[in-house]
Amino acid sequence: MSAVLDRERVETPFRRFVSQFSESKLALLGLAVMVLIILAAIFASWITPQNPYDLAQLDIMDGRLPPGSVSGGGFTHLLGTDDQGRDMYSGILYGLRISLIVGVGSAIMAGAIGSSLGLLSAYVGGRADSAIMRVVDLQLSFPAILVALIILAFLGKGVLNVVLALVIVEWAYYARPVRGTALVERRREYIEAAECLALSRSRILFRHLLPNCLPPLIVIGTQQVARAIALEATLSFLGLGVPITEPSLGLLIANGYQYMLSGKYWISFYPGIALLVTIVAINLVGDQLRDVLNPRLQR
Amino acid sequence: MTTWFIRRLIQAVFVMLAMTVIVFVGVFGIGDPIEILISPEADQAERLRAIMALGLDKPLWEQYLVFLHGVMHGDLGRSFVFNEPSLRLIAQRMPATLELAITAVLLSVVVGIPLGLYAGLYPDAASSRAIMAGSILGFSLPTFWVGLMFIMVFAVQLGWLPSTGRGETASLFGVQWSFLTVDGLRHMILPALNLSLFNISLVLRLTRSGVRETVLMDYVKFARAKGLSPRRVIFVHVLKNIMIPVVTVVGLQFGSTIAFSVVTESVFAWPGMGKLIIDSINVLDRPVIVAYLMMVVLLFIGANLVVDILYTVLDPRVRLEGR
Amino acid sequence: MNFSTLPAQAAAPALEVRDLRTHFFMRAGVVRAVDGVSFAVAPGQVLGLVGESGSGKSVTGFSVIGLVDPPGRITSGAVLFRGHDLTKLSESEMRALRGNRIAMIFQDPMMTLNPVLRIDTQMTETVHAHVKVSNAEARARARDALGLVGIPSPEERLSSYPHQFSGGMRQRVAIAIALLHRPDVIIADEPTTALDVTIQAQILFEVQKLCATQGTALIWITHDLSVVAGLADDIAVMYAGRIVETGPVSAVLDTPLHPYTHGLIGSVPSRNKRGTRLRQIPGMTPSLLNLEPGCAFRARCVRATEACMVEPELATLMPGRALRCFHPQNEVAA
Repeated sequence: MSAVLDRERVETPFRRFVSQFSESKLALLGLAVMVLIILAAIFASWITPQNPYDLAQLDIMDGRLPPGSVSGGGFTHLLGTDDQGRDMYSGILYGLRISLIVGVGSAIMAGAIGSSLGLLSAYVGGRADSAIMRVVDLQLSFPAILVALIILAFLGKGVLNVVLALVIVEWAYYARPVRGTALVERRREYIEAAECLALSRSRILFRHLLPNCLPPLIVIGTQQVARAIALEATLSFLGLGVPITEPSLGLLIANGYQYMLSGKYWISFYPGIALLVTIVAINLVGDQLRDVLNPRLQR
Repeated sequence: MTTWFIRRLIQAVFVMLAMTVIVFVGVFGIGDPIEILISPEADQAERLRAIMALGLDKPLWEQYLVFLHGVMHGDLGRSFVFNEPSLRLIAQRMPATLELAITAVLLSVVVGIPLGLYAGLYPDAASSRAIMAGSILGFSLPTFWVGLMFIMVFAVQLGWLPSTGRGETASLFGVQWSFLTVDGLRHMILPALNLSLFNISLVLRLTRSGVRETVLMDYVKFARAKGLSPRRVIFVHVLKNIMIPVVTVVGLQFGSTIAFSVVTESVFAWPGMGKLIIDSINVLDRPVIVAYLMMVVLLFIGANLVVDILYTVLDPRVRLEGR
Repeated sequence: MNFSTLPAQAAAPALEVRDLRTHFFMRAGVVRAVDGVSFAVAPGQVLGLVGESGSGKSVTGFSVIGLVDPPGRITSGAVLFRGHDLTKLSESEMRALRGNRIAMIFQDPMMTLNPVLRIDTQMTETVHAHVKVSNAEARARARDALGLVGIPSPEERLSSYPHQFSGGMRQRVAIAIALLHRPDVIIADEPTTALDVTIQAQILFEVQKLCATQGTALIWITHDLSVVAGLADDIAVMYAGRIVETGPVSAVLDTPLHPYTHGLIGSVPSRNKRGTRLRQIPGMTPSLLNLEPGCAFRARCVRATEACMVEPELATLMPGRALRCFHPQNEVAA
């Protein structure tokens, strides 16, 4: 059927992207939640009654209080306290901060490394290309948690080690798709033109090739952030992640593990909900991004 | 066909070797091997003896060969904590982990494929949308937290199922398995379900997208034009085409599932390899860590090999082209 | 209105389509893919359904066999076959007919056969779908059908997979499948378009022979006039979802009445003189989404007048010859 649809209005690519993205109400909801969470994490110190990392502010006598109880300091523990006397609500917001920083930070770093290698691999080709891709495949064939475990087992715990482990786990997820897109783009005329103009390789790579490889990068990046946040939480839960004094969401949940059987569910429950909502929101946005930016579903 | 198989086998051996190098470097290269391999409680004299015995005074490459020799003979050191050969420790725990992992993978197929099929055939139905929403939850939810919630709801609040631990076991082929007893099964339900959630979601989504793509294909329309019953069209023409990528993913997920059982075993105090490794990492019982890594990689490579073989069996295009 | 387009002395038609309309209800609007199609085909005869891409000819084929999927459906008209109106039958009744009394051959042989199933499976399942026979019997029938379409060593071929066949062979397999139950009507949707010219000629010849010997009515959908010229007994020309002209092949090709048919014939390269500009029909195919009222060809027709603002009916000029136009190109030959 040759249905030719005339559209009179001028549509910039960005406007089209926005309208296509907005087709999913769920994704818009996810985006709204994401923004809310990020804002809450940034302004955590302003909107919480307590700084859960400041040990001086914690009173162990306030420990294990159910939600709604009033603390010694005079404010209400909206979501109860954990065994250290930390206000859960504050703990969650500060914990979110750590989770987000670690998750986004590692995703960005891994993305930079992975896409640079992918771009390089595609541009240079030949044996360097196969060598790099073989490493990528080897890396991808190992389960992420195993790699993270190995690294943390040998290097020890701590935030920086966690970030390192996450970066090492994640970079390979970027390399292959970026290389694929770059291989396609590489053949296009505008690259040929740039080469004819004798522009330097790095300039061609970063100013010409990279911007056109962005769509898959954005999609993967979003998914990776969600994955990194989940992985960090898991590692912290297992006791291999962030230190006990500055708990991320995973560690908060771990703290509550032992109290579950005695009915003090809130110590594990609420941080879990926060983690869940964050990851689901990011995944919803990521799913819609993937559908919209998918070149095979040409609209 | 056999040349291909031999080639894959050699590849597998290479990966194992690479793994031994990585592990060796991790243990002997980074950090102080003396601290790592000798129990921290040893005194000076014991240390010297151990250094001589372990050959830590020899050059690095020689140490690697000794290590490799040990690997091939199943000698991966003794655990500090249990004072037993670490490999034996791991081997003892393996059935428990395998039980969980295999059950989780089976669940993912038995639950994921029918649901994905339904969601793919009737994408606009309200139930399909619910299933898809559920699948997003399934792979977004952090496994450990879901496990905690399972325990809270089913064990603490409702009291239907036991909260932790492995149930009674019965012997099969000389190995103790818990799925052979009712009590064992009761203990296994929650952890297996927990472990399988991610896999179920994955298989579900994969099946659904496969169905949606396949249903648009010409050969499906042609099958209908031949007057075939809808059941035959779906279960023979459509399903057989999506099985190939689904089986591949499921097989590859097996290795991941085993690795991820670390989390589930910790939550449910399930006495498998995973719990052992976490405890060992926390206590720095390095010989056990080494043994675990080697074992998991072996299982992993084995699973990949099986998947490759299955792939050639399922896809006639691949099989007949020869390898 | 008498829609009979066959000569009076011919046998009763195997299949007759009367003013069929199939519309697709999309978010952007209603696409009138088939909007007034009438034709008939007699047993043993070949009808060439000719039109450009986008004229709705494939959808016509799917409408007849009942495989139009949502958001499309048949909105009005009738498809008469053996005394029944197919548009009114239930799905299970249609299923009993498909592959059995009415068969279809698709365009792309590479995609028609399921790549993961063996040839014999794909053939025997068609047999089993309509008759109760043993597996051995079904396989024997499949083997015979393969032999019929000229596939050498059919026994070996049965155990093979589609990707082991060339395009031409696969199309022959598809034809063999269509012939398994000796259908009364075969709808062939551009079956040779994806094949190269030499294979095309072979297949055309064989299909023609088979249909003649078995008395099968054949509807051959194509955009290629030269195929129709060599193959068909009757021709029906489609434009923008409507039949604009029907008649015996020689008559229509020699004296085309509709300006579109005239333009089509004139633009065939072999009809043009070397060195002169290739004749074209000016303008573009209209969008089936936004059809203007009146004659669909109006915008591109040099003979159009005020009268053409109203859509002409498909009128029977004489038995076997119908035309939808107020200003025919030629006079009808007696």
